[in-house]
Amino acid sequence: MTEFLQHLVNGVSVGTIYALIALGYTMVYGVLKLINFAHGDVYMVGAFSGFYISHALGVEKEPTLAKALAVFVGSMMICGVLVFLMERFAYRPLRHRARLTALITAIGVSLFLEYFMQLSGWFGPASAPFPPGPTPRFFPQPMSFETPDLPLGELSIQKVDVISFLVAVGFMLALQWVVYRTRFGTSMRAVSFDSQVAGLMGINVNRIISGTFIIGGVLAAVAAILVASSRPSINPLMGLMPGIKAFVAAVFGGIGNVPGAMVGGLVLGLAEEYVAGYLLSSYRDGIAFALLIVVLLVKPAGLFGTFRPEKV
Amino acid sequence: MKPLIALRSVAPLLLTGILVALVQGSLPDYWYFVLVVAGINIILAVSLNIVNGFTGQFSIGHAGFMAVGAYTAAKIVMSTRGLVSTGAGEQLVFLGALAAGMVTAAIAGFLVGMPSLRLRGDYLAIVTLGFNEIIRVIIENSEFLGQATGISGLPKLTTLAYVGMAAAITVMVAVRLLQSTHGRALLAIREDEVAAEAMGVDTTGYKVRAFVIAAALAGLAGGLLVFYLQLCTPKSFTFIKSIEVVAMIVLGGLGSVSGAFLTAAVLTILLETLRGFSEYRMVVYSLLLIFFMLGRPAGLFGTREIWDLLPRWRRKAAAGGAP
Repeated sequence: MTEFLQHLVNGVSVGTIYALIALGYTMVYGVLKLINFAHGDVYMVGAFSGFYISHALGVEKEPTLAKALAVFVGSMMICGVLVFLMERFAYRPLRHRARLTALITAIGVSLFLEYFMQLSGWFGPASAPFPPGPTPRFFPQPMSFETPDLPLGELSIQKVDVISFLVAVGFMLALQWVVYRTRFGTSMRAVSFDSQVAGLMGINVNRIISGTFIIGGVLAAVAAILVASSRPSINPLMGLMPGIKAFVAAVFGGIGNVPGAMVGGLVLGLAEEYVAGYLLSSYRDGIAFALLIVVLLVKPAGLFGTFRPEKV
Repeated sequence: MKPLIALRSVAPLLLTGILVALVQGSLPDYWYFVLVVAGINIILAVSLNIVNGFTGQFSIGHAGFMAVGAYTAAKIVMSTRGLVSTGAGEQLVFLGALAAGMVTAAIAGFLVGMPSLRLRGDYLAIVTLGFNEIIRVIIENSEFLGQATGISGLPKLTTLAYVGMAAAITVMVAVRLLQSTHGRALLAIREDEVAAEAMGVDTTGYKVRAFVIAAALAGLAGGLLVFYLQLCTPKSFTFIKSIEVVAMIVLGGLGSVSGAFLTAAVLTILLETLRGFSEYRMVVYSLLLIFFMLGRPAGLFGTREIWDLLPRWRRKAAAGGAP
């Protein structure tokens, strides 16, 4: 029983992270019908922004709450700016071209971020050069957790996991509010439904798309900082697997559907944890793809998605 | 006419084989290596072009099919070691193993293509990528396939002549396919899938067939590669390899056989000679991808062939009807 609960805890903790990244995929797909392949790498950039800010602030020596917040907000801002530039200069010029053109560009952007970050450092101190190079770096704990893990019998729940779960849920609720209760969210849903008509109704489509990208990038940065706080080894390829898995989560929930991405993330996290825990531990990375293929075969529109037949 | 057509099909193969066999003895080792790699990349690029260029689908898991072909061939040769003497017998086993690798890769292509080709373009891309990763995970977890270290100690059976002949076969398959009924159907699917279906083209069937052909050729390339490197590891067949091939055909022009051929050859030779800057290799690839998509999304050649650019041949083609 304890083992079962332990897997549940771990699964939820991984699942919320997938969900946060999946939200970025699903929202961008909703408004633009583009699989933003580089989204996983935005997550990686988020982790490295946090790393550099921590070094600049000297978080390693004395972590405080204020510094933790600065790391958090700073990397959110850096990722927001990055995705804004990405959309403005790489995706917007291609918006009216064939969809595969944009997809190839997205793959190009993704590879560029991954391999640019793997170049050996040009400047900066030896402990934190820029670009960081291929070796994994140690992400300093943004806060110190003096008290030990929560006392729950045999079960071990790390405090940092509880905090990150709460933060992730908080951001998801905030997003839910933005999408369904604000003017921006209404415009976003209108653009996602039919961008041309939305434009005719006086919605500034470009601004909505930029805004959607920025929200996605910010959520990826949140996910990155949360992950890096509990698993502090970061490297330029760290975004590859979570990015692909989050995409699977988004497809599973029905791509373009915001609550679907959250559910999809949790289901994927739990599925991975249980299959790895009880059946085949080394096949963890294969599960996401097996799940993807099954979903696409059985219900291509995903759990909550609606299938729209192609019209001529 | 019949024997003439047969001759036209076999002649390039024989010519390449004879030419390369004559030349390969006098090549310095380094250039021999570069040309083998270039030839394998040509097979990969031209075969992927059948799916991505002719049919307009978007597969980014070509290396997965390479892996299937390579491991099949490697396992067959290794398990028959000692049973056959070196020399002619070994060569025969090698050719049989390559053929078996093509068959298993084709089966893998069928299995992946059958369900996923009913999906739209970008989903297909993700499924092929997923397939590539699943293959890697399976290999790394299978003791039979040597896990992450792979199968080492393969005999060096791949020669430049084999690679050249395989490349010639691939180019011929692609060119002949393009001029056949099948090829026309593939082009119709690329131009407008709904319209093609309305015209009675069995879109799923043709897409799967294109996928199977491309996968078989990728399996051949994989087999040739591991018997040149004498080592078969999952590291040779990662997602990055798939992307490299995609970059080649995107730059050369999706749908142009000669474009894919030229870019594969030129890029390989260029990158091998610029080994000193290998750190920047993928950065350059990615920037090329982005800038080409922004500036010239059709690639260098678009869907044209290099001979379309020569005025005399174009006139002849216009009169004769060949594309």
